[in-house]
Amino acid sequence: MSALYLVAVGNVPDKVWRWITNATAEWFPLPIKHLAGLSVPATAFDPKRKQYQSVDIMRLLAEYAPPDATRILGVTEVDLSIPMLSFLFGQAQLDGKVAVVSLCRLQQQFYGLPAQDDVLRERLTKEVLHEMGHTFGLVHCSEQKCAMSLSTHIGMVDTKSEQYCDRCGSQLAQRFASLDGGV
Amino acid sequence: MKKNWPILVVDDEDVMCESMAAWLREDGYRVDTAPNGQQAVELAKSTDYAICFVDLKMPGGMDGIETMMEIHRVRPEASVIIITAYATVDTAIQAMKEGAQEYIVKPCNPQEISMLVSRILKLKKLQSENAILRKKLTRQYRHHDVITKNPRMEEILALTQEIASLRSTVLIRGESGTGKELIARAVHFSGNRAEKPFIVVSCAALTETLLESELFGYEKGAFTGATGQVKGKFELADGGTIFLDEIGDISPKLQADLLRVLQERRFYRVGGNEEVQVDVRIIAATNKNLPQEVQQGKFREDLYYRLNVIEIRLPALRERLEDIPLLAEHFVQRISSELGKEVHGISPAALKVLMAHDWPGNVRELENVIERAIVTCRNGMLDEQDFSWLQRANPQQNWEIPDVPLGELERRAIVAALERKHGNVKEASAALGIDRSTLYDKLKRYEISH
Repeated sequence: MSALYLVAVGNVPDKVWRWITNATAEWFPLPIKHLAGLSVPATAFDPKRKQYQSVDIMRLLAEYAPPDATRILGVTEVDLSIPMLSFLFGQAQLDGKVAVVSLCRLQQQFYGLPAQDDVLRERLTKEVLHEMGHTFGLVHCSEQKCAMSLSTHIGMVDTKSEQYCDRCGSQLAQRFASLDGGV
Repeated sequence: MKKNWPILVVDDEDVMCESMAAWLREDGYRVDTAPNGQQAVELAKSTDYAICFVDLKMPGGMDGIETMMEIHRVRPEASVIIITAYATVDTAIQAMKEGAQEYIVKPCNPQEISMLVSRILKLKKLQSENAILRKKLTRQYRHHDVITKNPRMEEILALTQEIASLRSTVLIRGESGTGKELIARAVHFSGNRAEKPFIVVSCAALTETLLESELFGYEKGAFTGATGQVKGKFELADGGTIFLDEIGDISPKLQADLLRVLQERRFYRVGGNEEVQVDVRIIAATNKNLPQEVQQGKFREDLYYRLNVIEIRLPALRERLEDIPLLAEHFVQRISSELGKEVHGISPAALKVLMAHDWPGNVRELENVIERAIVTCRNGMLDEQDFSWLQRANPQQNWEIPDVPLGELERRAIVAALERKHGNVKEASAALGIDRSTLYDKLKRYEISH
């Protein structure tokens, strides 16, 4: 059976895998497998912005995905961006295979505050659900509390809940029911 | 998917185009990309983009400003946002002067872009709603809102133009829902009375007494509750047109009163002694067979001939099947906009279902059916299953046989066939499954004029 693969891109603390496994297992009826971590590609680094181009990391993940990977989720601590936008919490291929989430701006330290594991866990869960939702065809939701609502700053991430709204949840469930493994 | 608002991203850097497109797609937009100005303009020719993000500096060929100008040439309504990596006041001013909606410097804060896109689209939505409302308001003035490619309907439309400026009374006949009022409006608003009132009276909706005071007005004290003089519809329509819908339903007394108005253009308000004179064009409509009502003594013959100066017979929808796809598309577009639901078409399978239906309620029924389907539609395109209830409701012909002698049934079948075939005996006999001479015999026997 095809599986959801999790992979670290660069150094990622071990604790986050448990959080991600719990979050994904609740919503996605897929076997979860771990892959050996990848180094952050040097080509992704933009020296002017001191950030990493998420497109390059997504490309690397797509190449790295094993044949039985229905989805591959990369987690990284580096700060992600695309040329047009100053930063991204994460990115995904809409209805595609690859997603990436950055811990950088989810951590309290980024905002000059002391680290808080519970805050990081909550934020990471929301962003993982958000990006994974995109890979299953969900687009941004107008329901502010839904994990699929758009977050353009950290305050918006904190407003969301760690779950999908009824509509997005049922759309996701329908997707799994109709494709029966061929997600 | 917010398919009604497609977005175009134009940049020579592939990574910029694709990453921006991917980000916008996550928001549900349909996004296309172009690596240069030429391709952007080609795409704009075939797609009505709501927003175009255009990079200012693109090597070789058109730059961002030229691209914007060319896009505006083919899509004047498109909102162009100029993107640049370097902010200079001069280029910003030039871009705005040439018609850019916004000028942004990359990289942008995601919130800035998100708010910019939603602000522009909110404005576009308001503009689009405004256009729909304006169209709705002016619909009554416009002839081409009668959607048809049916030759008979086209003849009728041509006739409405010819008779628009005459004062002659018009009698519009047709089944319920065939658009009798629409045609009456077309006659009124195409002629020299267009600036004057068009007053609609539904004769079937009111009792005799109410209809009398509604049509002719009343004086103070004419009846209990008449606390002041009130003008009737004939007076209100002075200089314009009065549309008397369901004229076949009025009482014998009102038939006599109406005949007098038609002959003399004068009448008395209820309870009044003073004669009121008006200049009103009368357009009447009925779904009844008035000649038959006359024969049966239910409708005054003299009034019928006064009304029937110009007769327009509207075909039933089942007689203009070729119009169903056109009307269906028109209703989908209009109703989805009015309801704010993104339904952008109707599938061939669904059209097949609509074509197979008998449409006893005619165009009005089709409109209602489309509205119901849009309300329940879940995937942005009306499909066969959105009309499954229609198929269930229409499994076979639903015969309702009245309790009348067999000969009367035959007579009614012949009259109906003749009506459907516009008096064509050959076609009516074929529809009835009898030969022409037999039909002529029966016409004679039942004293049916055709």
